[in-house]
Amino acid sequence: MGTDTGAGAELTRRTAADLAAAIASGQLSALEITRAHLDRIAKVDEKVRAFLHVDAEGALAAAAAVDAKRARGERLGPLAGVPLALKDVFTTRGIPTTCGSKILEGWLPPYDATVTRRLREADVVILGKTNMDEFAMGSSTENSAYGPTRNPWDLERIPGGSGGGSAASLAAFQAPLAIGTDTGGSIRQPGAVTGTVGVKPTYGGVSRYGLVAFSSSLDQGGPCARTVLDAALLHATIAGHDPLDSTSIDAPVPDVVAAAKLGATQGVSGLRIGVVKQFDGEGYAPGVRQRFHEAVDLLRELGAQIVEIDAPSFDYALPAYYLIAPSECSSNLARFDAMRYGLRVGDDGAHSAEEVTALTREAGFGPEVKRRIMLGTYALSSGYYDAYYGQAQKVRTLIIRDFEAAFAKADVLVSPTTPTTAFKIGERADDPMAMYLADLCTIPTNLAGNAGMSVPCGLAPEDGLPVGFQILAPAMQDDRLYRVGAALEAALLDRWGHPILEEVPAL
Amino acid sequence: MPSITREEVAHLAKLSRLELSDAELDHFAGQLDAIVGAVARVGELPTDDVPPTSHALPLTNVYREDVVRPAGTPVLDRAEVLAQAPAAEDDRFRVPRILGED
Repeated sequence: MGTDTGAGAELTRRTAADLAAAIASGQLSALEITRAHLDRIAKVDEKVRAFLHVDAEGALAAAAAVDAKRARGERLGPLAGVPLALKDVFTTRGIPTTCGSKILEGWLPPYDATVTRRLREADVVILGKTNMDEFAMGSSTENSAYGPTRNPWDLERIPGGSGGGSAASLAAFQAPLAIGTDTGGSIRQPGAVTGTVGVKPTYGGVSRYGLVAFSSSLDQGGPCARTVLDAALLHATIAGHDPLDSTSIDAPVPDVVAAAKLGATQGVSGLRIGVVKQFDGEGYAPGVRQRFHEAVDLLRELGAQIVEIDAPSFDYALPAYYLIAPSECSSNLARFDAMRYGLRVGDDGAHSAEEVTALTREAGFGPEVKRRIMLGTYALSSGYYDAYYGQAQKVRTLIIRDFEAAFAKADVLVSPTTPTTAFKIGERADDPMAMYLADLCTIPTNLAGNAGMSVPCGLAPEDGLPVGFQILAPAMQDDRLYRVGAALEAALLDRWGHPILEEVPAL
Repeated sequence: MPSITREEVAHLAKLSRLELSDAELDHFAGQLDAIVGAVARVGELPTDDVPPTSHALPLTNVYREDVVRPAGTPVLDRAEVLAQAPAAEDDRFRVPRILGED
């Protein structure tokens, strides 16, 4: 437990659902809740460094507006007045958006992302923008140009990535809700290593308008929270069709809130849960395996039918991803040409536009972004296209087929979210392939466009760090994640007697 | 599979519009070679009759009505956009020279 005392500290430990109810009933004001979270950020963020920008003024104004609405007797939305930390990859009009990159330092976007707009319309209070690996490329936030975020469980360790700032803000009780993006695991893996809940919705479920693109066929925004129900409430707030995103699915959003409530009360009786054979064994930490299998046993005790799933193509998901994502990245990041926004270097009258572009990108991008742009350029170049990008796209088809076969046998699939617990800052910094392994279990879902969740399933005995339990569901069946996630969460709460985050050391 | 030489990295950097330093060329050559060696594993799977997937969803183009958009539809404000440009002049983006000297 943290050493904070007083009413403000207590407010920062409550769930979003609880805070929203207290605001709606008049028990608490949105303003006092927002102040408590801003105080908490001021107190601990020097150590955690979850935020790149704190918008205290905007947050207090938004909170005051919620209190005024309530005073006028207007109906409040289910998350009205609840504070949230927004990953710095979503545009926010007039508020800095850097994507963790020097190339966008000081940029004030002229428009709001659809996710930002929906949060504002739902009266969610945006506290600020969270740290991330540059352009969401990484698994540790060490690739942020503004320095790494630290894991509240152990400040010497990484909080995962790319959405390490969002996940750390939850575990450090700086915000009860956060938004992330998941291209290869950037919501779920940080969730796993910080003991929080993270959901990658079905591809097309949440609008990408205003989400600065890394890999457009894989990027997906989604909710991060400390409980499954809170994640569901946030999911319902941001999801749904958007005419401004041509890949947005024009269909009703699955009722994830009802599913979370159902899972918590009715469990998983009758559900078929598939354990993916490929995500176990060598390379998996003993404590990760132990907690994962205990959770599977628990689901069996709760009435689920456990089946084994063999998905041989999943072994090739990681290499396929590291061809497809860099290829799309090399194309998407071509927009950073130093002409319309962001940094410009070498504009001295002597250099041509092309030279200015190259000098700016050299100065503005960090090493991982440069590596991926060049890797993608290589994979797409004539002579190598068929062997690399083309072959990766075929492997992607095989992965989709393996998912289809698996979902014929099981309602959801499960695995550890990540092979190990949080590693030490610097440990994998100079070994890209070792870093990439952090996303081994999360990547197949992105390639197939399905939905995935990470929910905490305990602390690894060897290091006392959180272990994530991954649940995967077919596209547009996101509600199944919430049913299973809430059932597991409730059963573990019963077993432990308290939420896992009560064990975070005091900051 | 071919290995990536320092010269190839220099070529990729040029194509990628990255003015890399000599030290970076040395560093990236080794790393990219290791990464390409690892991802080349995709070639191990037989895929002769497998069609490629570029996108998990079936994609169709999305059109909107060609009408004047109602107030409130997101439209960028010109002054706000230009205020964020590295350089602006006469209500336009100012860019460095595009043509060569000769």
